[in-house]
Amino acid sequence: MGQVKKPAGKHISFSLLLGIGVSLFLGTLFLAVSVGSIGASVGETLGFLTDWLLGRTQDADDTLLSIVVHIRMPRVILAALVGAALSVAGVAMQGLLKNPLADGSTLGITSGGALGAVLSIVLGISLPFLPQAALALMSILFSFLSLAFILSLSYKIDYNLSTQTIILTGVIFSMLAGSLTSLLVSFAGSSLKQVVFWSMGSFSGRNWTHVLLMLPFFGVGVVWLFCLSRELNAFSLGEEQARYIGVNTRRTKLLILVMVSVLVGISVAVSGTIGFVGLVIPHITRLLTGPDHRKLIPLSALFGASFLMLTDLVARTLFSPAELPIGVVTSFVGAILFIYIFYTQTHNKTKGI
Amino acid sequence: MLTISNVSVSLDNKKIVDNVSFELKENDLATIIGPNGAGKTTLIKAIMGVLPYEGNILLEGKPLSALKPRQLARRIGVLTQKHQPQFEHTVYDVVSMGRYAYVEGFLGRLGQKDREKIEEALYLTGTENLKHQSVLTLSGGELQRVFLAQLFAQDPQILILDEPTNHLDLKYQIALFDMIKEWSMKKGRAVLAVVHDLNMVYTYASKALLMDGGRTHAQGAVKEVLSRENLKSVYKVDVAEWMQNLLHHWS
Repeated sequence: MGQVKKPAGKHISFSLLLGIGVSLFLGTLFLAVSVGSIGASVGETLGFLTDWLLGRTQDADDTLLSIVVHIRMPRVILAALVGAALSVAGVAMQGLLKNPLADGSTLGITSGGALGAVLSIVLGISLPFLPQAALALMSILFSFLSLAFILSLSYKIDYNLSTQTIILTGVIFSMLAGSLTSLLVSFAGSSLKQVVFWSMGSFSGRNWTHVLLMLPFFGVGVVWLFCLSRELNAFSLGEEQARYIGVNTRRTKLLILVMVSVLVGISVAVSGTIGFVGLVIPHITRLLTGPDHRKLIPLSALFGASFLMLTDLVARTLFSPAELPIGVVTSFVGAILFIYIFYTQTHNKTKGI
Repeated sequence: MLTISNVSVSLDNKKIVDNVSFELKENDLATIIGPNGAGKTTLIKAIMGVLPYEGNILLEGKPLSALKPRQLARRIGVLTQKHQPQFEHTVYDVVSMGRYAYVEGFLGRLGQKDREKIEEALYLTGTENLKHQSVLTLSGGELQRVFLAQLFAQDPQILILDEPTNHLDLKYQIALFDMIKEWSMKKGRAVLAVVHDLNMVYTYASKALLMDGGRTHAQGAVKEVLSRENLKSVYKVDVAEWMQNLLHHWS
């Protein structure tokens, strides 16, 4: 039978990558919490955090401490959660659709959630007991309405819920929601700037309420998708193949789509539309570790979290005190990073092994 | 083992498969033949519950549609016509996915028996040396053998093969049919294959179903089904004469 050929795509071992991912995550977390218009040393930050975790912050009257704990920490953690959520959603969509160009927004949920958020800005909706969360809740509501609409329409069109039907419905729905959003924007008047800034994504002014709002959705979505890793592996060989090896494709597909919507919907709700993370991070992670979702999901969560914390850091410090919309930074950094990695990887491959 | 009775499949109000009945018995290597568009692949999809159908499809007397996907996969495995992998799975990963229906738990840790089945499947299909290679680097023929290995790892009682010798050179066509024939002779097994090469049907098949325009044109013993008249009316070519002329080149 001849010699055993060498592996074609050399992937880095999972434990090494996991180590790198965790260190990258923790390093970025500390960096992002320490750096800002008022800087804190890593030592100080550590001190603040331990004080805070041990509940010793009440008596301390320190502006730096309150900035770190009450302003920067929730913002950085939220960025990490959104980064992880968008990346995991992207991984799942790419696997499910067997298409490396898909991401969470392919489904049209993002546009629906954005419509809800813009509606709440333009109409000035606010809740008496949760003033911070009104926009987020509107956005979540609209994300779910969008999902229900897209899936029921797809189901009406095509009993088998083929991925093509779903994508097509999603794209058309995206356009519909987008045009309604534009219509609202044209009537926005004084809130125009807020709408535009929001539509490019931002973590500015986010607090612990947002983190607490996001956590349950994040937990359910990421854990559930991780539990569907084997099914995603099967789907990434093609839906028919998945079915023939014993996957309940219809039910699994629905579950995956719902979980992706949960992640994407909550992300839009707390941070606006942030592009590119869900496309680039899964790609890069897959190049490093291979297409096994059991490894891909945890790793891209770590890389996505680090990536978004870092880009948020850039967004708020580069032209400080002015802030850049984070969506602009992710697209810019993401595109360059992607071209670089894609080029070096495929270049090495075509040179021969 | 598998009884197909009065099965019809309609797509857009057009009958693609029209009232087909067929029986697959233990140790059969049955072939479905017929021109392109005769409804062969559609019939397979109906059997696997991918397309809705009228009529009855029974496995050992019980309706197939009552089986859950995992149960179905343990009994019937399918080799599809086309494989277009998109991601860099290794050959081993693809073959081990054949054990999906047996392995519980979301991490899907393979047991001793699973690993043995996978190794055996790799050995049988001659893909051991490709084990660590990415499926994106394989030729069409290698890919076909890898998915056949996945199917063997799946260890079903019935194999359904849709043009299994697609992409294979003559050596592997013969090797594959030898392999399938041997596989089908073991206890409690049977094979149903869509085959275009009538020579292969003559050499290996235990019986044949000749389809044309969604209907059964003839079925039963290979010799009778492949009669000159049958083939002439279905393929619009005098196959027997063509084959005989061909033989002159080889003598």
